[in-house]
Amino acid sequence: MYRIGSGAGFSGDRIDAAQPVVEAIAAAGEGGAIIFETIGERTLALGQIAKRRNPKAGYEPLLEQFLPPILKTCVENRIVIVGNFGCANPRAAADAILAIAEGQGLPGVRVAVVEGDDLVGRVDIDATERWEGDRHLPAPSGDIIAVNAYIGARPIAEAIRAGAQVVVTGRVADPALALGPLVAHFGWDWSDLDLMAAGTLAGHLLECGSQVSGGFFADPGYKDVPDPANIGFPIAEVEADGTFVLTKADGTGGCIDTRTVKEQLLYEIHDPAAYLTPDVTLDLTEVEVVAVGRDRVRVTGARGHAAPATLKATVGYYGDWLGEAEISYAGPNAFQRARLAVTIIRERIAKRALDVTSRADVIGTTSVFDDDGGTLFAEFRGKNDGDYRVRFAFGGEVAAVEAAVQEVNALYCCGPAGGGGVRQNVRPRVRTVSHLVPRSLVSVSHSFIGEAP
Amino acid sequence: MTRNRITVPLHAIAHGRAGDKGNRLNVNVIAYRPEFWPILLEQVTEASIAALFAHRGVTRVVRYELPKLQALNFVIDDALEGGVNSSLSLDTHGKTLSFLVLDLPVELPPHIMPSDTAIRSDTPNLDPVMGGVDNE
Repeated sequence: MYRIGSGAGFSGDRIDAAQPVVEAIAAAGEGGAIIFETIGERTLALGQIAKRRNPKAGYEPLLEQFLPPILKTCVENRIVIVGNFGCANPRAAADAILAIAEGQGLPGVRVAVVEGDDLVGRVDIDATERWEGDRHLPAPSGDIIAVNAYIGARPIAEAIRAGAQVVVTGRVADPALALGPLVAHFGWDWSDLDLMAAGTLAGHLLECGSQVSGGFFADPGYKDVPDPANIGFPIAEVEADGTFVLTKADGTGGCIDTRTVKEQLLYEIHDPAAYLTPDVTLDLTEVEVVAVGRDRVRVTGARGHAAPATLKATVGYYGDWLGEAEISYAGPNAFQRARLAVTIIRERIAKRALDVTSRADVIGTTSVFDDDGGTLFAEFRGKNDGDYRVRFAFGGEVAAVEAAVQEVNALYCCGPAGGGGVRQNVRPRVRTVSHLVPRSLVSVSHSFIGEAP
Repeated sequence: MTRNRITVPLHAIAHGRAGDKGNRLNVNVIAYRPEFWPILLEQVTEASIAALFAHRGVTRVVRYELPKLQALNFVIDDALEGGVNSSLSLDTHGKTLSFLVLDLPVELPPHIMPSDTAIRSDTPNLDPVMGGVDNE
């Protein structure tokens, strides 16, 4: 059996989650791995921007908080750390990890970086096919910031086989973070597609961290989660045949049951018969989940088909600017005053001919389910008395967006009675569009940092 | 003798989660109990989901059935007002939209009583299989 745990499911995850995971794997005494998945669709572009400002930046900002509590325990207990926390600058992340190790009196920790995902200057992206889910998005007008392919598990497995104790990657397919260590441990054949599928399924269920163990799940009275302030992140106990049990460390909060596992199994899945990854096409249609104990769910039935011929690559562009501003109305007739504020701002934007896209929501009515045009809000019939917050959003060039936001601030004196609590911010946005690139244009490798070649 | 039609929100018989990739949303809908699975198959259709999202300009809804999990997976194209990096919405990911789906009214067949559904309880509602066992 091989144990793989999750230490983080997104950039910004709880920084103290990894410790109980590592301690549980260490206590079992058989080594294992812990994975950190910290890249979202636009993270790479933000990392590239940070790297241009500072050549030592561009990796996961929380890296120096994620790793110090666990590095020593991992090194001493043969627990490999695998993370895409390298983001746009895996080498700088590796240097930072070596510095942490040195600071903790752990000389000689072997840190490998996986590279090849960064395609800036290597691919004419306009000559490639757009990923079908983004086919209706308008063509981006800004300059390209980042182009990163989702690469597979091979370079991770090779790095571990070569002795890596920490593997730092940029963009990889999220489940590859787990498939890599599994292939390295069990020696699975890359052509055994059902095993690739099983390892990919384990990775898919682990990569969002607590989302399989009680996070993003609680619905009081319907689906309750014990001790949600201390959710235990998941650990997969994987057998050589690819079947596994999902569990978590004793003494932690959260829960792992058939409901939590089913929700995460289909999370961000499109066709369940064909979850495309660089390593395999995963077929989930025969997967079964069975509770085999408290906080223990056995997962079986993953099937694999040939991997797709192309790799998905996400392209980050400079986008427009986003301005947001909010104001509150409460007490008698608050809803009508909130609605009047929306009308006034629409009129002011038109009067000043500000070239912005805009949206207004009255929070407490239809804010997140509605469309930009306010279709649901137009039909909303609620209580006039209450506590309502009006939220405006504007998109466009910076000057127009700033002017629009300033109009919301001006509601203080010129708007409906009793408007208070204006908050505003204006920031640049990054846009992303995904493409499909031929594998022949992507060449991946691993190398050890701080060691003579 | 037939009883009057009894309608409950989908939330009473199923749970689910939303996820995004680009401008595409997916929402899974999972039966709390085996007896609710036929209701999902019959009433939670591509057309009913498309109607829920019509105001957002969706271009396509595809339903996938997973009988072994007693779950449906909906893929909803162009539901996110441009997606996480372009939308002006508060919830650019669309993470809240699973509960728009769970608000869909469904009609209970005559053999299922409203009290059989997951009516909100004041005591913790834990794992239906393991919950309540050794619940320290």
